[in-house]
Amino acid sequence: MTTGDLSTLLVWGAATAFTIALIAYSVDLARIAERSQKRVPEAVLAGASASRPATAISGSEAQSAPGRSPRAEGIARSTTVLGLVLLFGGIVLRGIAAGRWPTANMYEFTIVGVFVAVLVLTIVQRRRVIAFVGVVVMGLAVLALVLALNAFYIQADQVQPALQSYWLIIHVGVAITATGIFTVAFAASVLQVLRSFREEALTAVDGPAVTVGSTSPRSDRFRRWVGGPKFGWLEQVPGSRELEAMSFRLNAIAFVLWTLTLIGGAIWAEHAWGRYWGWDPKEVGTFVAWVVYAAYLHARTTRGWSGRRASYFVFVGYAVVLANFTVVNLVVTGKHSYSGI
Amino acid sequence: MSVHRPEGLSDVFMEPTEAPPAAPPNLPTLGFVGWCRWAWRQLTSMRVALLLLMLLAVAAVPGTVWPQRAQDTAKVATYISDHPTTGPWLDRLGFFDVYSSVWFSAIYLLLFVSLVGCILPRTKVHLAGVRGRPPRAPRRFTRFPAQGSGLVDAAPSQVADDAVAVLRGGWRWLPFVPTYRVDTRDEGDGTVSVSAERGYLRETGNLVFHLALVGLLISVATGQVLHYRGQAIVVQGRGFANAQVDYDTFEQGTAFTPSSLVPFTLRLDEFESRFDPDTLQSRDFTAHVTLTNPGEEPVEETIKVNHPLDAGGAKVYLQGNGYAPDITVRDASGEVAFSGPTPFLPQDEVYTSRGVVKVPDVSGDQEQIGLVGYLLPTVDVRETSFGPAYASVNPQPDDPALVLAVWRGNLGLDTGVPQNVYELDEARMTQLMDDDDKPVTLVVRPGETVDLPDGMGTLTFDGLPRYVALDLRHDPALPFVLVFALLAFAGLATSLFAPRRRLWLRLSPGAGEDAGRTVVTAAGLARGDDVGLQPELDRVLTDTLTRTADRPPAAPRGPTSGDATP
Repeated sequence: MTTGDLSTLLVWGAATAFTIALIAYSVDLARIAERSQKRVPEAVLAGASASRPATAISGSEAQSAPGRSPRAEGIARSTTVLGLVLLFGGIVLRGIAAGRWPTANMYEFTIVGVFVAVLVLTIVQRRRVIAFVGVVVMGLAVLALVLALNAFYIQADQVQPALQSYWLIIHVGVAITATGIFTVAFAASVLQVLRSFREEALTAVDGPAVTVGSTSPRSDRFRRWVGGPKFGWLEQVPGSRELEAMSFRLNAIAFVLWTLTLIGGAIWAEHAWGRYWGWDPKEVGTFVAWVVYAAYLHARTTRGWSGRRASYFVFVGYAVVLANFTVVNLVVTGKHSYSGI
Repeated sequence: MSVHRPEGLSDVFMEPTEAPPAAPPNLPTLGFVGWCRWAWRQLTSMRVALLLLMLLAVAAVPGTVWPQRAQDTAKVATYISDHPTTGPWLDRLGFFDVYSSVWFSAIYLLLFVSLVGCILPRTKVHLAGVRGRPPRAPRRFTRFPAQGSGLVDAAPSQVADDAVAVLRGGWRWLPFVPTYRVDTRDEGDGTVSVSAERGYLRETGNLVFHLALVGLLISVATGQVLHYRGQAIVVQGRGFANAQVDYDTFEQGTAFTPSSLVPFTLRLDEFESRFDPDTLQSRDFTAHVTLTNPGEEPVEETIKVNHPLDAGGAKVYLQGNGYAPDITVRDASGEVAFSGPTPFLPQDEVYTSRGVVKVPDVSGDQEQIGLVGYLLPTVDVRETSFGPAYASVNPQPDDPALVLAVWRGNLGLDTGVPQNVYELDEARMTQLMDDDDKPVTLVVRPGETVDLPDGMGTLTFDGLPRYVALDLRHDPALPFVLVFALLAFAGLATSLFAPRRRLWLRLSPGAGEDAGRTVVTAAGLARGDDVGLQPELDRVLTDTLTRTADRPPAAPRGPTSGDATP
């Protein structure tokens, strides 16, 4: 067996470990949902008796212990770490097999990006497991790994002259790290939006059902749905403000890294192609994502746009990041067409 | 201090610390100036900035959907001819030059105007804030996100001194640089308040980032005006001089002067290429050149992808390479009508290269000759039912062959219309056919001479030199672009990661049971989410109280000693 084959095998192993972690997180989430569903009347009561929305937030934090499944969480944690170790081995061996830094094509970009995302997830969860974020990140990780192994895979090999530069390490490495962090931030934002709708739905019980921004009947229906017993598990996650802060911190780090990607890319383009900016499709995609995340940072400090509305920018931004990786690499031809597929 | 705030900006540091007296809305009628002011306030508002940012993101997308002239003019022409109804309209609306179109420029220029209108007043306020005192302690601390309190056996002024010392103490890893700017105020009745503020760098970073973006835009625009760029194809053994006429294409900014070109010469001595033997993918390209600067000895240099050559203040990039078969054509009367290398353009990774040889200078009144076809670096011949099929199987010239079709007639070179050297204008040419009415195909290997059909002459394949496509570019604004980009990056990182905090301590003399002691209350406020705020407030409070408690009793302790005997 060659080093390259061994690397592929390790990546498959990591995908398997992450699948088990995904199942464990889902079981954990299901347990939480089950328990909280039983306690729904109580939760509504707690919400009803509370006159301030803040009670719903602090109250849920106090009850974080009972609804969880320690065994599932243990399995999730250990398989996540196991997967990380296997994936790291796979990435290192891939680099050895190719005789260069392993960030040159879509396959390598994906496996390193998954590694970063799961690593960030592990760091974020070092004190407290947030099952939902685990489910979202692990789901994306397993999907990306399987896609990489089946659709993006190419033999480990040397690279063409245009890629033979130390910027391959800096520019692509930073871009991958940023993408990984954006992924976890996106998961946190999804959770934040759900949680925020539920908080509103629960506080609306005692007063007149008029809350900030409740204008369209559709969003009202959504609020009622999220406020219902099906989403009881949301009581177990951190409050929407806390999640917003977490998402912002991650997005801020990733945005700074994304800026570095743009600048590093421009310097490399100046070396390799003789111009620092040429509106290549990949450059456009990266620029659009940068502008959308810049808008997100502005929205956070704009009155009437902070909180849930600002996080919609995160959804758009992350969609652009993903499209910039997949659509631009596979469909559009440009100077960044290095996918090898 | 007058507080400027862009319309709609939500910022705890700009909120008045005390509730302002409610004033009835005062709405005067708007005159022309009023409308202008209103429009300016709208343009510099956060909401419009947000809108413009999203518009910019959306407006940038069409550039990847439709082909762009700046990248590929031919593709645009093909698109327009393929879409006769929508094509011209899209062209009129600038969809093929998105990034220089009116609407795209309008969006980013408005965005920059909005940015300047927002940032300049904020810079003024910030400068005043940096010079001024930290804001006075608010009357009530209850509404602040971080709070603390304590009780200590000392006079308020003494505690205040200790608090100031603690706050000015600096970082653990940088003890001599004070973290906080501190100010004490006597509030009367023996009460002293301490205000402290840190993280002016946060706003500084924010302002630097935005101003650097303006600098970046100006640098890029300056570069556009002053730059020049030339492309030249150089065949092995030949050279070119750095003059506008020697370039195949030359593009310059409006303020460029031809005299600024340094007249160096560059000769291609050898070109090396290496390919992966299995996948045939390129692995290395190296051009060995001789550079002669005016008045200097020639020096040998190499140009590689990712390693441009500095020459005459500009950079020379290796952008492409290929084969330029050296061909001699003799006409029917045996005169040499054409001789020299002709660059053929590689079409795929095995260097199947397409080219056209135009032979206008035939002697007498013979018809002009056009040769169109392919160079195959390593030829592979396969017999099919339609006759032999030729294909290249390796990019290296292991067994090269020219496969050419022959045309005759008028090449149209004297019509005055500029022609593409890589295409044959077939309008007044006819292709030569053999006896079976099939097109004549000449297959020539190096060193061979073949007869042209119908006794038109002969063709000799003399050799196969290589050529490189060089791209020379000079942009004097590059260092400025880099500096502003790095400034923007540093500013951004500072504005996102440097914490901005305000801490207040109020030290009031205790009453009743606590008479003679000092009641300490504290509050903290941070810009944005700041998990470190409460821990920092706790640290300051604990350090101050310990410091006061550890202090050797100064002079008579007066009423404080009364505590021990209740």
